This record gives sequence, C-alpha cells and structure tokens, in this order.
Amino acid sequence: MNIFFQQVLNGLTLGSVYALVALGLTLVYGILHIPNFAHGALYMVGAYMAFYLVGSLGANYWVAMAGAALVVALLAVLSDRLIFHRLRNAPPLHDMIAAIGLLLFLEAGIQAIWGAEFHRLAPPYPQIVRIFDLVAPAQRLIIIAAAFGLMFVLHLFLTRTLTGSTIIAMAQNREGASLVGIDATRVSVLTFAISGALAAVAATLFAPINLIYPSMGHLVIMKAFVIIILGGMGSIPGAIVGGLVIGFAESFGAFYVSTNYKDIIAFALLVLILSFRPQGLFPSGARA
Amino acid sequence: MMSKTWQKPLLAVLLALAIIFPMFAANDYYIYVMSLAYIMAIAAVGLNLILGYTGQLNLAHAGFMAIGAYTVGILTVDYGVPYWVAFVIAGLLSAVIGFFAGLLSLRLKGHFFSIFTLCVGFMIYLIIEKWDTLTHGTVGIIDIPAPTGIGPIRFDNTWSQYYLVLFFLVVSLWLMSRIVHSLLGRAFIAIRNGEDLAETLGINLMRTKVLAFVLSTFYAGMAGALYAGFVRFIGPAMALESHTFDMIAFILVGGIGTLFGPLLGAILLTWLTQSLQFLQDFRMIVFGPLLILLVMYFPQGLIGYWRERQARRAAASMQDRRLQRSVIGSQQEVGTNA
Repeated sequence: MNIFFQQVLNGLTLGSVYALVALGLTLVYGILHIPNFAHGALYMVGAYMAFYLVGSLGANYWVAMAGAALVVALLAVLSDRLIFHRLRNAPPLHDMIAAIGLLLFLEAGIQAIWGAEFHRLAPPYPQIVRIFDLVAPAQRLIIIAAAFGLMFVLHLFLTRTLTGSTIIAMAQNREGASLVGIDATRVSVLTFAISGALAAVAATLFAPINLIYPSMGHLVIMKAFVIIILGGMGSIPGAIVGGLVIGFAESFGAFYVSTNYKDIIAFALLVLILSFRPQGLFPSGARA
Repeated sequence: MMSKTWQKPLLAVLLALAIIFPMFAANDYYIYVMSLAYIMAIAAVGLNLILGYTGQLNLAHAGFMAIGAYTVGILTVDYGVPYWVAFVIAGLLSAVIGFFAGLLSLRLKGHFFSIFTLCVGFMIYLIIEKWDTLTHGTVGIIDIPAPTGIGPIRFDNTWSQYYLVLFFLVVSLWLMSRIVHSLLGRAFIAIRNGEDLAETLGINLMRTKVLAFVLSTFYAGMAGALYAGFVRFIGPAMALESHTFDMIAFILVGGIGTLFGPLLGAILLTWLTQSLQFLQDFRMIVFGPLLILLVMYFPQGLIGYWRERQARRAAASMQDRRLQRSVIGSQQEVGTNA
C-alpha cells in the first residue's frame, strides 16, 4: 500500500512539473505555431536563476522563484521580439533552426558562467509529512500543490479575464482575432512571458529534489513535446492530462519495469501511439 | 546554375588541392582535422538530402551516424569481424533502421516530423547508453581497429587514412550529384517546394520521402563507420542531438540544398573551431547566434549566395545582349535554389 502510494506521489510530482513545462510550450505553439526547441533551455535558465538567487544572494525560496520567473519571462519575450517575431514570414524550417540556435546559445552561456558540473539547490523544506502510516517529503507535496494552484490561476486568467481571452482567441483564429481588434504583438509578448515564467516556476519547484546542470532541459523538453503531441498541439487541457499520463507512466514504469529504462518509456509510448494514430490522441487540437 | 564550361576544371582544381593538401600541412594533426571535417561532411551531405532537397528537418541524423559507428565498433572489437565487412554492414543496418524509422516518422508532417525525429534520436542515445552488455554503455568502445589494408595499400597512418576518407568523400559527392540531378532528385525538390503540388504531379509522397530518408541514413551510417575506424574510440554522446545541430550549422553556412554546401560548411566551421581552441567547449556561444543570424539574414548560405549572384549576373548580361528577348528562362534558374 505504502509503496503504491509512493509511486502515485512520484507520478503526481513528475506529472505536474511536466505539465507546467508542456503548458508553456503548447501556449506558444497555439499562438505562433513554433515548436520552441529553446523552451527546455528556458527551464534550465530558470533553475540556475533560482540557484543563484538562493545560493549567492541568500534570497528566500519563494522570492527566488518569483525572481527566476521574472528573468526567464523577460528572456522569453526578448527571444520573441528579437528572433521569432522577425521570422514570422520565413519558412517554418527557419523558426526551428533559430530556436535550436537559441537553445545552443543559452546552454553554452550558462556553462560558461557556472561550469558543466552539477549543482544542488538546498531543499527549503526538508521535512517529511506523515499522514497515518503514509509518508511524503514536504517538497513533493509543495510541488504538486503549487503546480496545480498555478494551473488553476492560469485557467482563471485565460477564461475569466479579457486579456486572457485574447490569447485563446488568437490561438483559435489569427485573422478573426485581428479583425476584432486584438493586438497580435501584445498577445505574443504576453504568451511568451507566461510560457517563460511557467518554465522557471517548474524548474524552481523541481530543483530541490533534482540536480542542476546545463543540459538538464533536454529530457524535460523532449518529454514536454511528447506530451503536447499526445495531448494535441495547442490544447491546454491536453498538456495537463498528457503531463500526468507521462508522469504516472514513468513512476510506475521505473518501479515495475526498470529504473534504467524509465526515460525511454515516454518515447516508447509516443512511438506506439503514433504508429496507430498518426493524428495523436486528441486529433481536434492536433494539426498533423 | 554554374556554367558548364568551367565547372569541370574548377572541380579538378579543388580535387587536386585536396590531394596535395597533406604535403603542405604543417604536421599530421592538420591532416587529422581535415579528415574529420571530410567525415562530418559525408554525414552532412546525407542530411542535406532530406533537409535541403526534400525539406524535412530530421533531428535524428547523429543517431544514425552513431548506429553506423557502433556497428563497426561492436562487430570488430567484440566479434572480431574484419573492418570492411563491418563497414558494409554498418551502412546497410543504418539504412534498414532508417527505413523503419522513416516509415513511422514520415507519416507526420512539418513540425511534427522534426519533434518526432528529435525523440527518435534521443531514444537511440538512451539505448546506446543503457544497453551496456551490447554497447559498453557510458564507457564507450575503445581500441577499434583501423581499416585493414586492401591489397598493397595499408591504412595504418594519418596520411593513408586521409586519402581513404577523401576517396569516400568524392564517391559520396559524385553519388549525391547523380541522385539530385536525376528524375528522383527532381521529385525530392518538388516535395520540398510543395507537397500538395508534388502529389498532384503524380509523385508518391510517402514512398519518395522514405527513399530520401533511407538514402540519408545510409550516408550517416557510412560516415559513422568511417569515423569509428578513423578516431578508433566512440561513446554514446555521438548520438546526441547537438551533433545533428553541428551538421545543420555546416549545411546552413555552406548553402542549404546545394551539392557542395555541406562540405564547404564542414571545412570552414571545423577550422574555425580549431583556430579558436579556447572556444572548444563554448563554441556554441558563437554557433548559436550564428545559426540565428544566418536564417535571418543569409538563409541561402555561401554557395547559395554565390549562385544567386551568378544567376543575377547572367540574367543581366543576357538582357544586355538581347534586349528584346525575355529573361524568364534565367529567372527560372534563379528559382532553383529557393
């Protein structure tokens, strides 16, 4: 019972981190139809920012999270203004290559400053929570609570506020949105800022129970891509459900199948599903 | 297009330069670096077929190169198979795996194809890293034998290996030029220029794309097999997507969708990183922004730019000579490297 509960907890932790990263990716895809390969690098920069703020400046964990979110949001907006916006009329191949260039630059830049070695963010809440005979590390509970809290706030923002609905409108129909007077520039700046902030928050949440290193974004971004392909590119509920599916598949796969191959599970799932359904699981959102 | 009259002499001069290069190289290290650049160029020429001519961004290319290298490594070191037998098997195995990967991934279009191949490449990397009973895992394979001699020729020093690699480079380029100038090559380019139109013209999209994919993975496998025999040490990191990104940089700098672009880019960027030794680990600080600036301001690459200028000049002179005649013909030529 306890072991099973641990796997559920693991799955929820992984799933909520993946979902936050995938949400940012899917929002940007919905608006600009760019697969932002640099999104994993933004996640990585977020972790380093938190590490720097906590480790070198002695900031409080939550302040560091806000700081990291702010810096990465700015970085994401800059990448839109300086690169993606200027390439909006270029062939899709160019967007993808530019995103790869940005990814390489950010990784090499961070490595030049902090080196290639692993870093650790000291766990702000090392306590263990006990409920009856079930044990859970506090940090995992915080990850789950914070991630779902943030998703709920994002949901309210997108559906209940005028600014939020401009993003949805733009994702649904670009020309239609422009016709009713929605400013495309403002929406894309906003979307990139949100996506960057989500990546930074996800990284800061996950950092205390994980390692920080320059290529830490690779696996996460690839899994996020798997998630949004499965969930439908541009679909917000798809990203959340997909994130949880991959999170659970990994935690149970690692326990019941093999720890060694746990990272392959997500990709094997992708290959399997796309072999039978090239249009993804939720074809309405997908544009395969 | 280059004018046919001086194309052949130019190629002959380039080949002669490549042949006498070792005599002018200051030491063996330079010959070694140049050979590595050639091997990367063979892989990049293969990637250019699917990326530049067929318009599909395959991000698993380094994975297929690693499959070729590991086939040679495993067969020669663990099973005592002669190098050249392993060499042939490496190319075939990469192509066979490429066939199945292509069959699956080419059902997806555009972005989806690229994302999927990114995942395929990472799967290849993870499998190589984790399956240590077969692949030696993270340790990699060391002491891979150098290519065995053919008849009286031995390949036991840098010089002879340089000529071996050069030979395969020339064969690869010749073969690629036959492919892209054939009807099949036209079909690839038609797909790049517009899948719907290509299909309307009666091109079987899936079959043609899979064929391009298989050919390009065959090139990758061959390059990997040469790499294994030349460097004689391989590790799982060679399957990482960052090596595919290197090759994309070669192609973009030299000229995407041109025959010699990948070679030019591979040579230029290899020497650039060599001359900036201190940058070795941080070369991506330069390459990253370089990629971005290239796609923004110079997407046709060096050879593409040069060709465009040639075509423009040819168009202008033709206009001078026959003011009355239309210049549509030459404008069509300009369109070929779009």
